[in-house]
Amino acid sequence: MQKLLTILQDLHPEVEFETADHLIDDGILDSFDIVTLVAEIDDAYGVAVPAQELMPENFNSAGALYALIQRLRDE
Amino acid sequence: MRFTSLTFGLFAGALLFLYYRVPGRAQWAVLLLGSLVFYLSAGAEYLPFLLLAAATTFFAARFMAKRTEKAAKRRALLLCLLADFGLLAVCKCAGYLPMGISFYLFQSAGYVIDVYRGTAKAEGNFLRHALFVSYFPQLVQGPISRHGQLEPQLFHSHEYDPKEVSFGIQRMLWGAFKKLVIADRVAPAVVALKECRGLGFLLLTVLYAVQIYADFTGGIDIALGLSRCFGITLPENFRSPFRAKNTAEYWRRWHITLGEWMKDYIFYPVSVSAPMRRLSKAARKRWPKFGKRLPVYAASFATWFVTGIWHGVTPNFLVWGLLNCAVIVISEELTPLYKKFHSRFRLKEKKWYGGFEITRMFLLMNLIRACDLFPNVGDYFRRLGSLFTPWTWECALPDLGLTGLDWAILALGVALMLGLGQLRDIQETLWQRPALRYCLLFLLFLAVLLLGKYGVGYDAAAFIYNQF
Repeated sequence: MQKLLTILQDLHPEVEFETADHLIDDGILDSFDIVTLVAEIDDAYGVAVPAQELMPENFNSAGALYALIQRLRDE
Repeated sequence: MRFTSLTFGLFAGALLFLYYRVPGRAQWAVLLLGSLVFYLSAGAEYLPFLLLAAATTFFAARFMAKRTEKAAKRRALLLCLLADFGLLAVCKCAGYLPMGISFYLFQSAGYVIDVYRGTAKAEGNFLRHALFVSYFPQLVQGPISRHGQLEPQLFHSHEYDPKEVSFGIQRMLWGAFKKLVIADRVAPAVVALKECRGLGFLLLTVLYAVQIYADFTGGIDIALGLSRCFGITLPENFRSPFRAKNTAEYWRRWHITLGEWMKDYIFYPVSVSAPMRRLSKAARKRWPKFGKRLPVYAASFATWFVTGIWHGVTPNFLVWGLLNCAVIVISEELTPLYKKFHSRFRLKEKKWYGGFEITRMFLLMNLIRACDLFPNVGDYFRRLGSLFTPWTWECALPDLGLTGLDWAILALGVALMLGLGQLRDIQETLWQRPALRYCLLFLLFLAVLLLGKYGVGYDAAAFIYNQF
């Protein structure tokens, strides 16, 4: 989780990712950020996030994103 | 049968009456019948295209639902998309566009992709699927709905709700006002100004913004209002686009459903595809920063290329798409520089700065949008270039085909349009005050009737987005 928080913090240093839970709904992360994040996740965790998983509920909080990474790793 | 014609009003009224008279489980059949009549009224020769779109997506989805092997599903999906988009490409290249084809093909393609991804269930009844593809309020110019959002509403039984029907009618009337009083009135000036350069060209870009906004949002208001009368909520397609402060934000506010479609079915799949991941990894070894951004650049290019072609196959639409793409990518790349600039000068804290950003974006988008008007791209760039030479006024206002009264009505209409925005809050307030509501509705109706611009036989001009 710490690794993911570092990636997110690099992308938007001004955001409190530990507590934010409407990252997409509040317009903090846009589609460019999501694609950048997917590349970073691929590098850091060796997980390829498919297009159908790129939906707001998977990216609204650091916790949701981490759950997605774990689920994809287990599959 | 145009949305703004008397025939359409009578047709919609009769259908609405029938819709609330039949049992709830049969309401969707009334909508299907209405959609068929509406489509046939545009020309029976267009029907095979609609049926083909419905049939290919229906059978491809059914096939995918029965199969478990990924490769077979993928083949079915590709074949279906190839058939549908091939048909669209042929129609666009031949300059023969059956009514609404760009809208219903994109909506049904979205459905097949969702079934492939497992996020939508394949429909088992062809007639029900045909209604999803052909639901007439959104057939001509969108919005482009998603299966998961529209399908449950179409087949749910709807009780007559006077408040919903009243709100729907109000929105339709408001849409007719925007189309007939504003868009069609400013149209002659837009045509006349196409010949102008310098200041005249700048005025053209502003008046074209007024025309296309009033025309497109007017059509969408009628579509959403009519659908609301049936108890079916369609997605909003605009959210005050002229309040955007940057290009990316503008495109999250203008033609939202097309933008969302492009994002989910072009931008994301291209950017996370296996070849793109491999390319990005290889590039990162030599150029770490560029390699990371490569998927974003490539996917943006693909998205705007398709968006441009969606609007038309003439070079100007392609250039228009790529100009948008260039502005978005350049703004994105300059973000660190902007941040440094703003931390040094703190302009964002100034009250006027927000207004400056909005005006800057309005003018920039106007300049890009004007490319729509010039099928010969050279003509567009020559006019754009004329802004950077000493300005001359070649076109006199009286020659623009509008009288003083026209300008006054336009100014009043635009002020109302910008002031009222999306109507929502006003509708709720007025619902509590029926006398005032009826007075205002009557005034709006009179305004549409008396101030609307009608052609021969009181026939209104077609909506601009009908041609896409």
